[in-house]
Amino acid sequence: MFKIEERSSAFEEFKNQVELHKGVKYLHRLNFYDKPPLYDVSIEEFETSALDRLRILAEIESSAARNRTWEETKTVTSTQCEKYLPLKSSSAVGTDKEAQRRIDHLGHFVLRLAFCRSDDLRRRFVKAETTLFKVRYETDDSRERELFLNSRDFDWVPVDKVEKEKYRQELMSYGGRADTFDTEKYYKVRWTRVPDLIDRRKVFLKGGWAYVPSREQSSIVYQEFETHLERDLVATSRYMPRLDEDTRLGGILDNLSQGFLGGVSSEWSAGPADANGESIKAEMVDDLAAKHFPMCMRNSHQRLRADHRLNHFGRLQYGLFLKVLGLSVEEAIVFWRKSFDRINDDTFNKMYKYNIRHSFGLEGKRANYPAKNCQQILTSGGDPGCPYRHFSPENLQSALLSTYGPLGLTSSDVPEVMATVKGGHFHVACTRVFEMTHSSSGVKKGDGVGSGESVTHPNQYAAKSMELAKAQEEKAAGMVVT
Amino acid sequence: MISPEIMLTFYRRLYPFKSIFHWLNHEPTPDDLFVKREIAFNLSTPEDVIIRYNSFNDHDEFKKAVCKMNPTRFEIGPVYTSRPRDKRTARPGTFNAAKRELVFDIDMTDYDPIRTCCSDADICKRCWSFISAAVRVLDTAIREQFGYEHLLWVYSGRRGIHLWISDKEAMGLTDEQRKSIVNWLSVVPKDESKRLNVRFGSRPLPASLQTSLDHLAVVFTELILYDQDCFASEKGWEALLKLIPDARVVDALRTQWGSSSSSSQEKWKDFKSEIKHYKKDSSQRTALTAAMEDIILQYTYPRLDENVSKKRNHLLKAPFCVHPKTGRICVPVDPARIEEFDPEAVPTVTQLLDELDSEAGAGAESSEHHSDWERTSLKPYVDMLDKHNQRIMEEVRKEKRGADMSW
Repeated sequence: MFKIEERSSAFEEFKNQVELHKGVKYLHRLNFYDKPPLYDVSIEEFETSALDRLRILAEIESSAARNRTWEETKTVTSTQCEKYLPLKSSSAVGTDKEAQRRIDHLGHFVLRLAFCRSDDLRRRFVKAETTLFKVRYETDDSRERELFLNSRDFDWVPVDKVEKEKYRQELMSYGGRADTFDTEKYYKVRWTRVPDLIDRRKVFLKGGWAYVPSREQSSIVYQEFETHLERDLVATSRYMPRLDEDTRLGGILDNLSQGFLGGVSSEWSAGPADANGESIKAEMVDDLAAKHFPMCMRNSHQRLRADHRLNHFGRLQYGLFLKVLGLSVEEAIVFWRKSFDRINDDTFNKMYKYNIRHSFGLEGKRANYPAKNCQQILTSGGDPGCPYRHFSPENLQSALLSTYGPLGLTSSDVPEVMATVKGGHFHVACTRVFEMTHSSSGVKKGDGVGSGESVTHPNQYAAKSMELAKAQEEKAAGMVVT
Repeated sequence: MISPEIMLTFYRRLYPFKSIFHWLNHEPTPDDLFVKREIAFNLSTPEDVIIRYNSFNDHDEFKKAVCKMNPTRFEIGPVYTSRPRDKRTARPGTFNAAKRELVFDIDMTDYDPIRTCCSDADICKRCWSFISAAVRVLDTAIREQFGYEHLLWVYSGRRGIHLWISDKEAMGLTDEQRKSIVNWLSVVPKDESKRLNVRFGSRPLPASLQTSLDHLAVVFTELILYDQDCFASEKGWEALLKLIPDARVVDALRTQWGSSSSSSQEKWKDFKSEIKHYKKDSSQRTALTAAMEDIILQYTYPRLDENVSKKRNHLLKAPFCVHPKTGRICVPVDPARIEEFDPEAVPTVTQLLDELDSEAGAGAESSEHHSDWERTSLKPYVDMLDKHNQRIMEEVRKEKRGADMSW
């Protein structure tokens, strides 16, 4: 399927391997992805394996963007994996482990092709893949993990009893408890492979060898995974020009590299619906969200798409925003019904339909509720809240890039936004992002959402953005006519 | 200020270009390590400028360029992925620093808060003891903990010392790894009033620091207590009191020291006996003993100029350059005899040229000669570098032969 340089030589070796294992190619659940898949793959498999994996990676990215703790990230990722990319331990019965591992392997390599293209994509891909590896590593059966570690040459030297005893005092001075010292295993590696441990002065160091205790052993494994992947991605990027000759793959890979976050499915639906008139149809929301929504609503939308649910305040906030945007009650019901695709009609009608109609003033006291403004969102307490205020700096940073990267926000713009956020000026940060992402429509710094106004309402943001896009479209159309 | 004519004569007749070439190149014939190496020239006329991204094919070309530009000094940068002089024609993103000696810089100014003999740019034999203590500790730490062998210590010409490490692994370190090694070796906090933070809870010192401590305890007594007498002044002993984590002890010592003047070693003794007031194995005593060790480290542990070491592309003045202010040559220093080194005994450029002139008067021809340095007091220093180069080249040769054998 995809011809990588070493195919001819590696293929021979591969054939030998096949002979050796008689069909069992994947002995371990964990995979370091040292070898590319050297077999024929259908276009469909090529695409689906990658898409399924992308869902997981997108979830991991958004976990970081959503301030999830490591434990939460682990749980969420595991459940997502269970659904889209199941990977059972070797002891599991009744599943086709070979097939699962093959898809895992294939998906990883397809995504490498999609994400090797730029520094930024590589960095994000490595980060997400390493997290996925960590999750799997931590959840792996400890005996199987041991087998996996033994199957691969990590180039670490176990420290024997004599040597361990000789350096007892030295080893102990870097942490570890006296009562567990005798059972603790130590491994020697070159210090250059565990710079993080050296940095924090966590290990005994002699002659350039770091004596890593088994409690810190994962550090070596993760570092190794990361370094390998980084190096391989750079190598792959050099071969890319040759692969681009195959026109069937180019399009798929382009789409893959664009759909890193949340709305994987939406990006893959048919082209954007025609915007005729003022009314907005349910199926247009995905496209509008990607192009015109402020960060808070983008966040709600992505959460809805990724989780297929949204908490009460999230529904209220996002629902009212959509109402004001121009979604009619009929369309709103369609939109929410489609979004909650895991419940049956009965539950939906009972639990949600009333609320939607209520928010349109068709039930209860029949009040026409306005959409929440920035003030209300900022002081709502953070769930869903305003990303500029409620996200941690690192998460906000990566969320900014993943959300607005496609609209022209570059990493050099981020420091300015972050500095504004640090000063507590969340409106200003949001306004700056608006200016940056609409510079192609002629919006300059300080213009804000029209005549220097800053963002105070998510609907104002979205309306202005759509207005600018329409103006540009008309201008373009006008030029064609004349 | 050294005149341009003197500098030019120095470059033409004395500067050991060939030895520097061997040292950077690791082999007798020009290799990437030299050809793709950045050399930056510091010019002072008409104004202070640095001309960056020069690179040369061999040491002759190198010498010709130096004589033509006649810089006040020149600095050595990293080995790049392609020739630095072709930088402008390289595709964007493909011109990157690839290799570079691991370098360290210890500068006397970082010791200003504690040294009492001189300040700023001044240096005397007495304050050199700080440098020699630092060299001992760093040299041992790098050889024993990191296992590097090809260490070249170079006097910076005025008040500091540089260390260049040419081991293969050290040359290839990434910026991240350089940062790690710097953090491993950085013990003294930037903020003078902060205490050291190197322990895991109330454990004994990490092994790497325990070894240094044994040596530094001696240095502390000789240098800090006797020679520099750091705690004689009120400012001095107040700084010490800030580092003691026990309020009762601090109060007791403050009253005692405030009422009568006493020497540093007496004060240190007072501190020790205060510690002994607490019962053996009591938590206060353990804490204070640990604090005592930490104080010794704080006053004597090497203080690194971290930014020099952290990035591959940092420029550092080449050995054997002339310090523009003092006129002294940046000569290699033998770490085993660091205590004997006297910065004021290092030859100056004018002294060397005088030596050459008196030679000429005695009948020798004063024409340009490549090894004129052999007839001056620069000789032992160049010999030292050549010996260092031999060890590096020997290892490279062995490695190459080994690689050939494997076929």
